[in-house]
Amino acid sequence: MITKKDIEHVALLSRLELTGPEKDMYTRQLNDILNHFQFLARLDTENVQPTAHVLPLQNVFREDWVGRHISREDALANCPDREENYFKVPKIV
Amino acid sequence: MQLFLLTAHEMHDLLIKKEISAEELNKAVFARIDAVEEQIGAYITRTRENALAQARAVDRQIRHGEKISPLSGIPIAIKDNICTDGIKTTAGSKILSNFIPPYSATVVKRLEAVGGAIAGKANLDEFAMGSSNENSAFFATRNPWDTSRVPGGSSGGSAAAVAAGEAVCALGSDTGGSIRQPASFCGVVGMKPTYGAVSRYGLIAYASSLDQIGPFARDVTDCALMLNAICGHDPLDSTSAKYQVVDYTGFLTDDVRGMKLGVPEEYMAEGTDPAVRCVILKAMKKLESLGAVVEYTSLPHAEYALPTYYLIAQAEASSNLARYDGVRYGMRAKGAEDVIDMFMKTRSQGFGNEVKRRIMLGTYVLSAGYHDAYYLKALKARTLIIGDFDRVFKKYDLLLSPVSSTTAFRIGEKMNNPLQMYLSDLCTSSVNLAGIPGLSIPCGLAGGLPVGLQLIGRPFDEGKLLRAAYTFEQNTDYHKQFPEL
Repeated sequence: MITKKDIEHVALLSRLELTGPEKDMYTRQLNDILNHFQFLARLDTENVQPTAHVLPLQNVFREDWVGRHISREDALANCPDREENYFKVPKIV
Repeated sequence: MQLFLLTAHEMHDLLIKKEISAEELNKAVFARIDAVEEQIGAYITRTRENALAQARAVDRQIRHGEKISPLSGIPIAIKDNICTDGIKTTAGSKILSNFIPPYSATVVKRLEAVGGAIAGKANLDEFAMGSSNENSAFFATRNPWDTSRVPGGSSGGSAAAVAAGEAVCALGSDTGGSIRQPASFCGVVGMKPTYGAVSRYGLIAYASSLDQIGPFARDVTDCALMLNAICGHDPLDSTSAKYQVVDYTGFLTDDVRGMKLGVPEEYMAEGTDPAVRCVILKAMKKLESLGAVVEYTSLPHAEYALPTYYLIAQAEASSNLARYDGVRYGMRAKGAEDVIDMFMKTRSQGFGNEVKRRIMLGTYVLSAGYHDAYYLKALKARTLIIGDFDRVFKKYDLLLSPVSSTTAFRIGEKMNNPLQMYLSDLCTSSVNLAGIPGLSIPCGLAGGLPVGLQLIGRPFDEGKLLRAAYTFEQNTDYHKQFPEL
């Protein structure tokens, strides 16, 4: 059972600010969804290995060489605020 | 037949016979867009000048007697979660409403390299999260067969564009059915290739272990031509598979004799609309009459696929969408007190309800105390679901099922009930969990709306899917039916 307090905690972890009615809505909806999915708990997964990924891939390495990359101007072109060659953000502390 | 409704291979024949120029062809498609786009709303951004410039370059090649590729000069729509250099790419979200990528996705580069004319960026559910296109932050695309209905989703704009003659082919992405379900609802061919067969470089990530880019087309031949253009290993995507690329048109033979097709009984269970069921059964009989062996089989863990899919997808999404913070690109909320407040306000104003819901569900199932009960449990269930497929594919070449248990539903019908909306992915999401290829092919109408037959194959066995779909198509005329607009 997910409580409104859980929703507030999860919203904080997710960096989302919710209004009062939104908190109620998500509490109800997440409960509905997880309750419906509850039957998954019945599935016997004793001695079953988890699958995170379907391809039998290990780390993919390549030689370390200098390739082509986008220019500093292009990298900064989409940022909402900048100063010289830096991304600018509001005060941190 | 109107020019804008021809297939790419029919257009290609006219181009090389010089009966029409690529510029004329693109102008015809853009005239069609001007005529019907107000009713359909398939595109977030149209790139007419870009398409015409590519068309003129193709016309010069033809004039100089150079050989052109089958997709040269063909107008193609790109789902707006696939990056295009210098062309706005929004993922259907307010948070990226001003984002102009400094690079193109590998699939876009590959299409352009063979002369494809990018006609525009197709509408989608925000960050590909949805089954109806109603979650787009901008507007809802409408189904060309009935504009009071949804085109499906999340690649609804791509499917509607191809069905309405606003593009000849299109690219979409499929995480739990987002290519196959809109293809089914709009009466076009749509394919999710094997995981790793097509590069995801430049695809805005939703759930990275499930996402795959694939084509929409008006027939199976065009689908094969699109695969030829986009498949293959890409060093820029570390999950791209190294495999032998083949010419997929080589599989287009009218012959399914002896092919063993299994029908998972769990996918035909109650809950399937009787009219849809009837059309699907008729399609299966058709394949049987053409010489295939069709038998019922079972995927015992099928019922667990939906929760497994949603738990894994949302967990991955919550991590992938953490990058939208208003610092390097995208929108930034005004009036924040400090940097954390800026993150909070930006994300709260920039994301829509469905995206917030999925981020929170994903964060919850990964959070301390719940990780093992939900996320780890889902990863183990995924192993069992994959095992089901491994077992049936020892006996069968392909599996058959409906793509969706219903035809296109009405706009607004499921918007207030997210759970009901999630259930539309029942027959498709297990295919993403297993990383195997799935294709939707039009197989008839139910109540005047298209129904798609799903073909599911072994990993990297796209060729067999194409062969069965091509055979079905050659012996039916569903792919020649178009909505009246």
